[in-house]
Parts: sequence; C-alpha cells; structure tokens
Amino acid sequence: MTRALGRVVKHALLVAATAASLAPVYVMVSAALKTQPTFLAHPWGLPLHPTLNGFRSALADQFPRWFANSVILTSASVVATLTLAALAGWGFTRWDFRGRDTLLGVLVSLMVVPPVVLLVPLFVFGVKLGWISTFRLVILIYVGLMLPFSIYMLANFFRTIPRSLIEAAVCDGASSWSVFRRIVLPLSAAPLVTLAIVNLLWVWNELLIALVFLQDDSKKTLMVGITGFQSRYSLNVPVIMSGLTLATLPVVTLYVFGQRYFVRGLVSGAVKGE
Amino acid sequence: MNVSGAVAADRPHQRRRVRLGRLEPLVWIAPAACVVLFVFGYSMVELVRTALVYQGRWAGLANFRLTLSDSEFRTAVEHNARLLIAVPLLVASALVLAILLFEALRGWRFHRAAIFLPYVLPIPVIGVIFGQLLELNGLLNSALRSLGLGFLAVDWLGQPRWALWTMTGVIIWKELGFGVVLLLARLLSLPMETFEAARIDGARFFRLHRYVTVPQLGGVIAFYVVVEAITMVSWVFNYVYVMTNGQGGPGDATVVSELYIYQTAFQYQAPEVAASAAALLFGATLLLIILFFRVQRRTGVGIDD
Repeated sequence: MTRALGRVVKHALLVAATAASLAPVYVMVSAALKTQPTFLAHPWGLPLHPTLNGFRSALADQFPRWFANSVILTSASVVATLTLAALAGWGFTRWDFRGRDTLLGVLVSLMVVPPVVLLVPLFVFGVKLGWISTFRLVILIYVGLMLPFSIYMLANFFRTIPRSLIEAAVCDGASSWSVFRRIVLPLSAAPLVTLAIVNLLWVWNELLIALVFLQDDSKKTLMVGITGFQSRYSLNVPVIMSGLTLATLPVVTLYVFGQRYFVRGLVSGAVKGE
Repeated sequence: MNVSGAVAADRPHQRRRVRLGRLEPLVWIAPAACVVLFVFGYSMVELVRTALVYQGRWAGLANFRLTLSDSEFRTAVEHNARLLIAVPLLVASALVLAILLFEALRGWRFHRAAIFLPYVLPIPVIGVIFGQLLELNGLLNSALRSLGLGFLAVDWLGQPRWALWTMTGVIIWKELGFGVVLLLARLLSLPMETFEAARIDGARFFRLHRYVTVPQLGGVIAFYVVVEAITMVSWVFNYVYVMTNGQGGPGDATVVSELYIYQTAFQYQAPEVAASAAALLFGATLLLIILFFRVQRRTGVGIDD
C-alpha cells in the first residue's frame, strides 16, 4: 500500500518537474503562433488558428542580419578554438616537459575567471586599436575564453590513446605532424564533436561580450538583438515570441541531435566515463 | 584566419624535428598560449594597473577604498551573497530528481531530456519569456487567479521586496538540469551491486539513498556546489540585464556585482572603480576555487572518482 503510494508520489514529482521545465517553452512557441488579441484573451491556450504573422514581422526586422552575425561569429570562433585546442592538447600529452602539470593547472583555474573581470582592459585595448564593433576582437576573446576548457578536455582524452600506437608509427618514420594527422585526429572524432557542440551553444548564447564589443547596429548578434526586441514590440507579444523561437531553434536542434555528445561534454569535467 | 596560419606554421618545423628537440611541445602549444596570454594574462595585468592608478598617477589602494565605500557596490555584493541561497536548493532538488530518474524505469529518457532543456536555452531568451510570464497581469498571475489563488499573485519583478527572489527562482529553473544530468550520470556509472546489496538487506527509499547513494555522490556534489557558487557570485549578469532592461531595478533591488562593474565602466565612465571592483570579484572566485581544492584534498574525494 505505502509502496504504491510512494510510486505515485515519485511519478507525480517527475511529471511536475517536466511540466515546469517545458511550460515556458510552450508559452513561447504557442504565443508565436497567435495574434496579439488571442494571446491576451487566452495566454495559455493552444493556438487554434495558428498564424505566421509574428514570424513574418520578426523576419522583416533586422532579424536576418543578427542571425547571420551570430552564425559568422559562432562558426569562426568554434573552428579556431578546436584547431588551437587540438594542437595544444596534443603538445601537452605527447611530450613530458618541465612545468607541464603547473601549466595545465593554471589553465584549469582560468576556467572560472568571470568574463566581466576582463571586460574593462579588453575594451580599452579595443578602443586603442579601433577594433570596437569588429568581429576579429570578439572572436579573439571568445577563443581565449573557450580554450582553457577545450585544451583540458582534449588533453584528458588524448591521454587515453595507447602509447604503443604512437611509438609504432614513430618507428616507421612518421613525423610528429603525420602522427597527429593520421592517428590522433581520426581517433578523436567523438570528443571533437562533443567539444564543438558545447562551444557552439556557449558562443551562440553569449550576451555580455557581444553587448559591450559589438555596439554598431549592423554588427549586433542575435542575443543582443532580441534583448532590445522586448521593449520595441511590447505591444505585440507574438512578434517577440516569434523572434525568440527563431533564436532558440538552432540551439534546440543541436541539443536534440547531439544530446549524447552534449551530456558527455558537460559531465566530462566531473565524472569519468558515462 | 589565424586557423590556417597556425596549421601552416607548424608544418615546416616537423621536418626539422631532431633539431627542435626539447622545444617541440612549445611549437604545438604556442598558438593557443598566445591567445590565452592575451585574453587572460594581458587583461589581468592591465586590470590591476588600472585599479592602482588614478588619472595616470599612482593611487595605491585609494580606488579600492572608494569602491568599498560605495553603498551601491555593497548592495550589489549583498545581492550576490543572497543569491547563494540558490545553491543548497539546487543541490537538494537535483539530488531528488536524479534519484527519481534513476529509479523510474519507464520514460526516464524523456523526463531527463525535458528537465535538461532549460540548461541549453539562451539566457536572453529565458529572461524575455519569464519577463512576460511574471508581469503583474502576466501569464503566471492569470493562471493563479483562475485557480482561485489570486492572493498569491504579486508583481514578481516589479516589487523591490520580491524581485531578487524571483530572479533566484528563474536561475534555479535554468541551472537545475545541469545538476540532474551530472548526478544521474554518476549514478549510472556506479556498480549496480551496491544498490542490490542494500536492497536485499531491506533498506527502503530514504535509508538506501541517505546511507548508500549520497555518500557515493560526494565528489560530484562538491563539484556542482562549487560550479553553482561561482555562478551565483560572478555569472548572473545575463539574467539581471535582460529581465530589468539593464537597470538592476526596481530601484537597485537586483543590482549584482557584475552589473555594477558594467555600469561603472560604461555608463558612469569610472574605469578605475570598475577595475578595482572586478579585481575584488576575481579574488572572490579565486577564494571559492581554492576552498574547493582544500576540501577535496582533505576529504580525499576527487571529482574524478
């Protein structure tokens, strides 16, 4: 009897947590498909007469430009990060040199430095060089911020590659570069995908740095753009929600298809294996 | 871009491998090291320099004194401290949900995916949605009223008394999924025999988890506590900025240290004060991470085991 009751309570708790997690997302998507009057009358109701007007207005605004800016920034900084991190991670794993563990330790502690701490000096630097509202400075900062975790994670993975494999190749006369290209990289597809997904989500969702360093209207990212959307369309909630839905779509797609990899990436800092 | 540059630069060195000798790892690490040194190294040095100088002249600790005596700064720090209340709440709820998911046989993957979803959503998106939900005549209050709970309907983000607590709730909503996934992954990696043995001995839900499960999760819980404590102290800018239109309002009810740094630097044009506040914030996060390593060493539980 108490067993059955316990089971009901447990299940109810799970269902409640799931409902609470999904409710705001439901509100976003359903409101995007309504008209303003329907939204005001039935904010929680299903969109019985779905309309795409909200999406149309959002897309007619500067939305596509912001979207494109976010895509450029995200892809460039993630590609650069993966490349540099793979090289450095292998450098840390393949050779045992003095101070290696100290360097890795410093790298790990850099993961917790809050970006706001770096804001003032980097901004002054950007002003001096006239690099405010340019992608190159923001990409540089993003890459720098993503590198500590990326190097740490890849170095941890590279350590699991059997040494005999590398030594056999070296005996056959392979150069360091071809060992890296032909052996290490092909074995590292899974961690590289994981790292790419974790980093893609981080850059796409980043607000603070984009806000400070990309002030020019033509350079704004999606996250900065939708933050301003809110006040501009305060009388037309479906347009706001359409914009939010479009901004979330790539993230959710990535999450749905890369869930395995993503979870593995987040957990890798805390738990070995899964 | 610098990607192809880095790759191409490495190639010629490899053929001269023998001569490179001990310097070889440097070549591999150098490109990444340059970026990290610029973003972190240069910034930190400049930060400290800015904090110690006023109008080009050495100011000693005067800027720090100025920052510490600013009542706005103290309010901001106090708000960060109050946000720390979210940490035990997060750990407790994540623990319960992870255990429930671990025990539920049917549909746990769906529940896990749903509970984890908030963690991947962009904070600006979440902030705007919750802004709509939590208005005085917003969706939450209209739902409460239609359920006959109208007395619970308050101006969640508009009243100084409630705004920071509302913010705490939104942050918990978003951060919870991370803890659940973390703890669940650890639970799934434990040998099943541990639980079987205790079950055969007749341990029931609470006793089983209190004495068998929770001790096994010690390392992961410590890790989660540190990550979330650091989040509450130094990574909540986005929530506040989006939900209060960058003001930290109503009044200064939701000003946090990051917003204080942002405002003093870019709205009040006082980089010295902003820099010394940033240096203090950095010190606080450093303290947290050192504390973590201390605890880890003493208890002997690594995040890796």
